[in-house]
Amino acid sequence: MIFLTRRATFSASHYYWNEAWPAEKNQQVFGRCANRNGHGHNYTLEVTVAGEPDPVTGFVVDLKWLKNVMEREVLSAYDHRHLNLETPEFKNAIPTTENIAIAAWQRLEPAINAAGGASLSRIRVYETPEIFAEYRGEA
Amino acid sequence: MKAYFGRRYLVSASHRLHNPALTAGQNRAVYGKCNNAHGHGHNYVLEVLVGGAVDAETGMVVDLVALDKAVGERILDRFDHANLNLDPLFADRVPTTENFCQAIFALLKNALPGGKLEHVRVEETENNFFECSAQPVS
Repeated sequence: MIFLTRRATFSASHYYWNEAWPAEKNQQVFGRCANRNGHGHNYTLEVTVAGEPDPVTGFVVDLKWLKNVMEREVLSAYDHRHLNLETPEFKNAIPTTENIAIAAWQRLEPAINAAGGASLSRIRVYETPEIFAEYRGEA
Repeated sequence: MKAYFGRRYLVSASHRLHNPALTAGQNRAVYGKCNNAHGHGHNYVLEVLVGGAVDAETGMVVDLVALDKAVGERILDRFDHANLNLDPLFADRVPTTENFCQAIFALLKNALPGGKLEHVRVEETENNFFECSAQPVS
């Protein structure tokens, strides 16, 4: 089994706010991340797929194809957007790095698995070079 | 849903690889320049990965500020700008990065503010790193 990873970057803004809580609690739990005008990051998205190399091409997946899938399913929705205001999955969920990793998995998995040959193994989202979240499809 | 939260920290420390049970010649043969008498230093990058359910109210596996506090108190305050050989943990153990990684894992395992410690990775330089995880070695 080979694990193949492709990286891409996107820049987006967000804020952390739980509508069920009073303002004071949001500020206490989320600190600066609760500033209502939002703030932004240069995110790095890492997509890892697992599979066996094709006997003819030697590829687990075609990297150009994977790049196009990532652009179509994730970057076109997230890059240079406000995640809270412009992406449907964060209308009701807080766009924490954890939730972005889960949402990216949900956007990518159908397209990657439908292609056959390789399966989605891991999503890692870096919010900064020092902070990241990972989702492996677990319940 | 289970997800993982990772955080990277910087620890600048010195060490010398030397086992007093070995002869001077053996130490030189095993550790090479890492055995030089006065030690040397690294900018270690410490990666902590915490796994757990994403909290429905906060969207988080673990609170970053609380994690930083725990790692700061247990690890950074203790090892940053220190000589690893002089720490009691390394009184009877050579402070290789393997042993440093295991020591950090043991110090953090029960000290997290939430979630479960999945792995500790210590990068000694850009080109070598060591990982210690909760999985038993098979």
